[in-house]
Amino acid sequence: MGKADRRGRVGRGDKNLLRLLVLLALVFALMAVLRPGQFATAASLNSMMRQFPEYGIMAIGISLAMITGGIDLGVVGTANLSAIVAAKYMLAAVPKGASPAELAPYLFAAVALAVATGLACGTFAGTLIARFNIPAILATLGTQQLYTGIAIGITNGRPQSRLPLLYSKIGNTELFGFFPLSFVLYALIAVGIGLMLSRSRFGTCMYMLGTNPKAARFAGINNASVIMRTYVLSGLLSSVAGLIMMARANSAKADYGAPYTMQCVLIAVLGGVDPNGGFGNIAGVTMAILILQFLSSGLNMFNSVSNFYRDVIWGGVLILVLVFNRILSQRAERRAAARRTAQGR
Amino acid sequence: MIQLHRLARRSEPYVLAAIVALCLLIQARSGQFFSGNNLVDDVRSLIVPALFSIGCMMVLVSGGIDVSFPAIASLAMYMTDRILLASHYSGSVVLAYAMAAGFGLAMGAFNGLLIAFLKLPTFVVTLGTSSLYTGIMYGALSASASDVPPAIAAHGKAKLFTATNEQLGLTSNMPVQVLILAGLIVVVFCLLRYTMLGRGIYAIGGDEAAAERTGFNVRAIKMFLYCFVGFTAGITGIVRISMMSFADPSTMLGMELTVIAAVVLGGTRVTGGLGTLTGTILGVTLMIIMANSLILIGIPTYWSRVFTGAVIIVGTGVTAHQVGSTRRRARAAAALGGLGGGVGAGHGEG
Repeated sequence: MGKADRRGRVGRGDKNLLRLLVLLALVFALMAVLRPGQFATAASLNSMMRQFPEYGIMAIGISLAMITGGIDLGVVGTANLSAIVAAKYMLAAVPKGASPAELAPYLFAAVALAVATGLACGTFAGTLIARFNIPAILATLGTQQLYTGIAIGITNGRPQSRLPLLYSKIGNTELFGFFPLSFVLYALIAVGIGLMLSRSRFGTCMYMLGTNPKAARFAGINNASVIMRTYVLSGLLSSVAGLIMMARANSAKADYGAPYTMQCVLIAVLGGVDPNGGFGNIAGVTMAILILQFLSSGLNMFNSVSNFYRDVIWGGVLILVLVFNRILSQRAERRAAARRTAQGR
Repeated sequence: MIQLHRLARRSEPYVLAAIVALCLLIQARSGQFFSGNNLVDDVRSLIVPALFSIGCMMVLVSGGIDVSFPAIASLAMYMTDRILLASHYSGSVVLAYAMAAGFGLAMGAFNGLLIAFLKLPTFVVTLGTSSLYTGIMYGALSASASDVPPAIAAHGKAKLFTATNEQLGLTSNMPVQVLILAGLIVVVFCLLRYTMLGRGIYAIGGDEAAAERTGFNVRAIKMFLYCFVGFTAGITGIVRISMMSFADPSTMLGMELTVIAAVVLGGTRVTGGLGTLTGTILGVTLMIIMANSLILIGIPTYWSRVFTGAVIIVGTGVTAHQVGSTRRRARAAAALGGLGGGVGAGHGEG
């Protein structure tokens, strides 16, 4: 919370990645040993690669917002609304019994509509935060309700199913017979956003804004524009997640994936993104996603473990990680202070 | 211009005007608003959100946010319910309240430890503990809707008076639980207005560092706040199941949004330092009347979530706009009066 303790945390990045890597290997090894011939198989890895991209992409969106010192709780609502707009369009526009060649332009238009919806949702959230100075938590709590509400309103709460089969067929293609398209999309997005954060001017601006908005402004950064672009980007990512969800379930539903919000915040914090802003990278977030997916898929293989224990585990892990990071940063801060006094003498 | 700003600074008049306008609109469209049973029904559905909103407002005033109170209330009431059922308890309902308040207090204290002593961000912590508490309820206790002990059922049937609608032949009972709400309002009113603790809550919301230097024990105040939220949440849980006369673990989950929206609508500033009990109760009243009357004024129920979202956005937008103008004033006051300006602005209208 204090801004002063940031100093001690600089340079923690690599250590954090190393810790996550060790944790990832431990979880994988543990599950592989406890569930031999079941967990570490090609089939189970393939099914995990199908599961995580949809929430992984939203977790990247939330992480971006958290790096700038905000949060985007509207990602799930945006994803569902985008999917529903696309689904409604396809249901209304596609003629019955169209051949794949005839279908193609409709599918393109549906994807474009979903992406446009995501951009619009992000722009709206960004406007509330950047122009009207509404705290990000409340603005996005509001947009989450609003988008979910609009999605319920335009569908009367009914799932939109019986979409053209070609759409989910494309969505579930596997590259080289193993890598699902959604996984490839995730990989491309992760690399792209990772490079944007570390190499581009915009990425640097995001970190500076998250570390100290006042200093960022005095450094000549247009804070409002950086916030705006961050939430638009998060909306764009959410719409991609929505398209993936729609392909996986072959339907779109207004209240799909409600627990994803909590899970995405957990991923961001576990992955080393500072909830107060200024720190975090996509490599850490990706490792956190994999840790959670290994845990969740592994736990699924134990029949005695109720699905509801997952809530306990997610909540517990989130708090443990927060406490652990806090203690580490306090120790680093104390060491830095000791070093300063030693030099002073 | 300055006078306009001064008028615009307080939200209570607006909320009150909105309530009156809405009541008249509903009365004009349905002719049923001012009937005795409709008013009693509105008070009835007001009790639980209003009980939640008071603790929620105090946390927001201190500059924090708590989204775990529905989870605390659910787990506390569910544990109490199961224990009392298992032991075939047949005594007074007071024990049920005491137990639920105790469980709630313990869960609130856990939040408080993480927030006050480890200085972790309040939103992420309470989001995590919320998931933890609901997970314990559904996972470890495999909760599902269950009966309530006779004491709670009898307590739920008790009524202060009955209002009858002659025209439609409908009757509504005013539940005794409304007295708990009245009691809590009196206690919190005195606490915020007449005690050092109450001043401290406003002070740390205005400027934590300044409050600490003025001599407030910031840790103790924060610890108290989250314990208090847990304590009132536990009591609210019992109020809820006694009024429903069965214990449904999911009945309160998700209420955090509407409650926070109502509190913010009532003029409480999410960045801390400002918020009044009057405004909070008015905000909750407005939300409840609107939610209960959406159909009466011709809005289909499918759109009710759009409506909650819009209320949060508009409500926070207005307060955020007010922060901008007050901050300028505070800066001017600080320039004139040194430290006193900052603390004074923090106190606001208790």
